[in-house]
Amino acid sequence: MISFHRVNKTYGKLKTLSEVNLDLKMGHCYALLGPNGSGKTTLIKSILGMVIPDSGEIKINNQTILGQFIYRKQIGYMPQIGQYPPGLSMAQLFDMVKGLRPEVRNTDNELIETLGLQPLMNKRMYSLSGGTRQKVSAALTFLFRPSILILDEPTAGLDPVAVEILKQKLVEEKKAGKLFIITSHILSDLEEIVTDMIYLFEGTVRYNSPVEDLKTETHEASFAKAISSLIKNQDLQIKELVTP
Amino acid sequence: MTAMLKYVLQDVLRARFVIFYTTFMLAVTILLFQIDGDSAKVVASLLNVALLVIPLVSIVFTTIHYFNSYEFILLLMAQPINRKSVFLSQYLGVATSLCLSVLIGIGLPALVFGAVSQVLPLLVNSLFITIIFVSLGFLASSLTRDKAKAIGISLLFWFYFTLIYDGLLLWVIYTFNDYPLELPTLILSGLNPIDLSRILMLLSMDISTLMGYTGAFFKSFFGSNLGMIYAFGVLSLWAVWPLLLALRRFKQNDL
Repeated sequence: MISFHRVNKTYGKLKTLSEVNLDLKMGHCYALLGPNGSGKTTLIKSILGMVIPDSGEIKINNQTILGQFIYRKQIGYMPQIGQYPPGLSMAQLFDMVKGLRPEVRNTDNELIETLGLQPLMNKRMYSLSGGTRQKVSAALTFLFRPSILILDEPTAGLDPVAVEILKQKLVEEKKAGKLFIITSHILSDLEEIVTDMIYLFEGTVRYNSPVEDLKTETHEASFAKAISSLIKNQDLQIKELVTP
Repeated sequence: MTAMLKYVLQDVLRARFVIFYTTFMLAVTILLFQIDGDSAKVVASLLNVALLVIPLVSIVFTTIHYFNSYEFILLLMAQPINRKSVFLSQYLGVATSLCLSVLIGIGLPALVFGAVSQVLPLLVNSLFITIIFVSLGFLASSLTRDKAKAIGISLLFWFYFTLIYDGLLLWVIYTFNDYPLELPTLILSGLNPIDLSRILMLLSMDISTLMGYTGAFFKSFFGSNLGMIYAFGVLSLWAVWPLLLALRRFKQNDL
């Protein structure tokens, strides 16, 4: 469980997170949505301790994460753009990441197989395409069987087959009662997996409720339509265009 | 941390730039040895290379490496590792590789041409300068999030320590010509690792008579055990303080 209590973060004059209060529960899959620059990545990075909030508290399983690092054992993170040391081969990269946590013996290598990374193991990272690197990121995310998964634009740059495989994996892991936070601009990709929606706008949480509630509220059958209708109704889109 | 260090080393040692740098130093040293059989003259020529090229390469390479590994640092930060070990593994990786370059580039030819004892002071100073400027490179990188700005700060450090500081020092000496300047120049030279290194080198080459009274004073001071401890103590401080400051900033910075 992750909880945010009055979290604030400012970059210079720009308020990226403002009084964010959130309770994220295990077994749920949260879609984190919002226009560019609304604070999605900052929110994610603050969970990982990469961004340190100006004020407020973030707790994971009721323990504060400020200055801690052991808690990250529970988290799998797939970054928006995965870049790796160009000189290392893929096998060396996996060995290195495994070497960071030698206590985990029973690693989850399923995605390495299903995404077809095995034959590429001897290739150097610089020679891989963006999509293949994204596959490597995905495989690394699930490697240690984490109970909290944070995916930043997981499907961007992946081919349709890989997207399906990744989705399948997400569905399976969701059944195991894990907590997911996913950001994506491709709403249709999220349809089958997401249980809750969080809408961020200018650093504040504008909307946070289960997808079912959202659909009834907006009288729309599909997730994508429900969201666009919500955004239109709240005039968020218009506001975004007006504010520089 | 050793697991990370191993891979940082593999990554840096394979970098084309490091290979080029090593080859360059190797070529220059061998060339100088072949032009002149007198190893004292070779050391004098190498001194200029060492005090100009080594700081420049060390500080600029460190800065570029830091920003090129930024995404990789992010990957590591998502793992249950604290920032300190991520930072130190990067530092040790870069410092070790560049020191290896110096050892191969200058040390190996000295060994081959049988001039180890004459080259040894230069080698030790070059290693210190490498470590110091790697530290300063990490400091420059931790001061800003912009790669171009960080390289600018690095170059500024280099200009300051190789040119600007010497200009200021000369001005001070010239202006206060009428006063005894032994002690002030000793203290002022400690504020610039390159100057300190140069003085140590010149003294080891026995041409300190060219430096007049101050040279004689330096000779007697640095010739003593206390002077040696002071010199290497100051050089070590120069390696440590920028590193600690950079580490402190790295711990507090947003990534």
